[in-house]
Amino acid sequence: MTDLTSLTIAQARDKLLAKECSALELTDAYLGAIEAANQALNAYVAVTPDRAREMARQSDEKIGAGAARALEGIPLGIKDLFATRGVHTQAGSHILDGFAPRYESTVTQNLWDDGAVMLGKLNMDEFAMGSSNETSHYGPVINPWRAEGDNKALVPGGSSGGSAAAVAAWLCAGATATDTGGSIRQPAAFTGTVGLKPTYGRCSRWGIVAFASSLDQAGPITRDVRDAALMLNSMASVDAKDTTSVDRPVPDYEAAIGRSVRGMTIGVPAEYRMDGMPAEIDTLWQQGIDWLKQAGAQIKPISLPHTRYALPAYYIVAPAEASSNLARYDGVKYGLRVTGSDVTEMYEATRAAGFGAEVKRRVMIGTYVLSAGYYDAYYLRAQKVRTLIKRDFETVFADGVDAILTPATPSAAFGIGDQDMNADPVKMYLNDVFTVTVNMAGLPGIAVPAGLDGNGLPLGLQLIGRPFDEETLFATAYVIEQAAGRFTPEKWW
Amino acid sequence: MSVNTATVKRVARLARIAVTDDEAAHLEGELNAILGFVEQLNEVDIDGVEPMTSVTEMTMKTRDDVVTDGDRADDIVANAPASQDGFFLVPKVVE
Repeated sequence: MTDLTSLTIAQARDKLLAKECSALELTDAYLGAIEAANQALNAYVAVTPDRAREMARQSDEKIGAGAARALEGIPLGIKDLFATRGVHTQAGSHILDGFAPRYESTVTQNLWDDGAVMLGKLNMDEFAMGSSNETSHYGPVINPWRAEGDNKALVPGGSSGGSAAAVAAWLCAGATATDTGGSIRQPAAFTGTVGLKPTYGRCSRWGIVAFASSLDQAGPITRDVRDAALMLNSMASVDAKDTTSVDRPVPDYEAAIGRSVRGMTIGVPAEYRMDGMPAEIDTLWQQGIDWLKQAGAQIKPISLPHTRYALPAYYIVAPAEASSNLARYDGVKYGLRVTGSDVTEMYEATRAAGFGAEVKRRVMIGTYVLSAGYYDAYYLRAQKVRTLIKRDFETVFADGVDAILTPATPSAAFGIGDQDMNADPVKMYLNDVFTVTVNMAGLPGIAVPAGLDGNGLPLGLQLIGRPFDEETLFATAYVIEQAAGRFTPEKWW
Repeated sequence: MSVNTATVKRVARLARIAVTDDEAAHLEGELNAILGFVEQLNEVDIDGVEPMTSVTEMTMKTRDDVVTDGDRADDIVANAPASQDGFFLVPKVVE
């Protein structure tokens, strides 16, 4: 029975339609795997077995009636950032204590409308602020991967650390995630999974707890590239409830899998070769270049001159938007309330007790850069730099580049409680140095596993595409996946 | 630019987050590390550059001016820490 959990979404779909197993059997296999593993990995913050079995039973009826929908009976994990009606939705935070919304996010509703089954809610960095999943109120997620010959616990990356760990450890067939500066792609790279951040506006943000509204975008984390396409087919939609949802039909992304890359031009940006980058990352990058070349793509050296300013600009724009978005947590409408002698004291005590250290830091930075006298020096300047970052990409795309190949992260997964990172917030922020440019420019990006480092830990490559050209990302990422193979951790939990 | 403890406390007040003296001292160091990091943006020539207001080229969507939702007071207060008769309860604001 346990081997049902090793199937990809596409394999499970075929098996269900061939009636080789039932949706209920598949869901039960995952519920059993979660029960056995969650104590060790801490990937789920809430498991919903009754709902999962009920949804699976309905899927079995649909399949029996020959009316199976696109994701019929596929068990998924949902990042705690997505509002799910009547179910734990706390964004990994204490301030949303006990919050169970009376509504469903558009992305999750789309998945249920296509027959998917909800297994539960996945751990994450608090309000999606973090690169290691260590800022969660529910404690860190443990990466299912360990270095060879070493039992040290590693981070799964963040903020979608629960999503990435659950997919890698066979605790769901696929997971929803969100990406504001790299929160889908960095954890995917750290766990040997595939993570796609779609173009800004492709997936509705309605019902997703807001962090930085001009950067946030939902996407899938899956075991392979085809599964990411299958999940995006359902997650993406045009939604009247989100004014930034773009009116564009959703193509069949699965059709892009296996599409030839012959004649495509792949840009390789000089600025992504950083000082002090491990030689293994450089070697992997070159390997990716060679694979795409062998598949018939042309390689073109390009320049994205404002790359190094993306991360500092991000650490103005994202906290500014967060300080505004998180103003709603005041102890009045939902979640935690700590009493005070007057209403202001109640706000201050509630937010002091409800927010963790990283969230406080970012709300404070955001409040400072938006405060009187500093707005022009920080926020306005950062938004101008953002225009230049986007222009860099527009220039190379106008010059005929179809997609850009870069490393996904500057290192493999690091240890829980890494002293360097914990002592200096900026060191932690550097995890997103290759991914954050994509959010700043609103582009789609995919992280695909491409190899292992000297310690046997997964490393990923990133492909960046033109706006709304996720199809080219699926086609090119599939070439890398075919050449590199897939990577799975040795089970120790 | 950098912040001192007094500024940290002022910003904490603006952000409605209670901080102790110890926390303020700690935050001062962390905020200054981040502000030091973003300082490099001053190297960029931004003369004549428009600030980004929307990452995708699109006109703001409009919808018909009709009621699409509402009459859901019970849902809206369902998660409130304190409510009564469809209202949120807060400590007394006006004496």
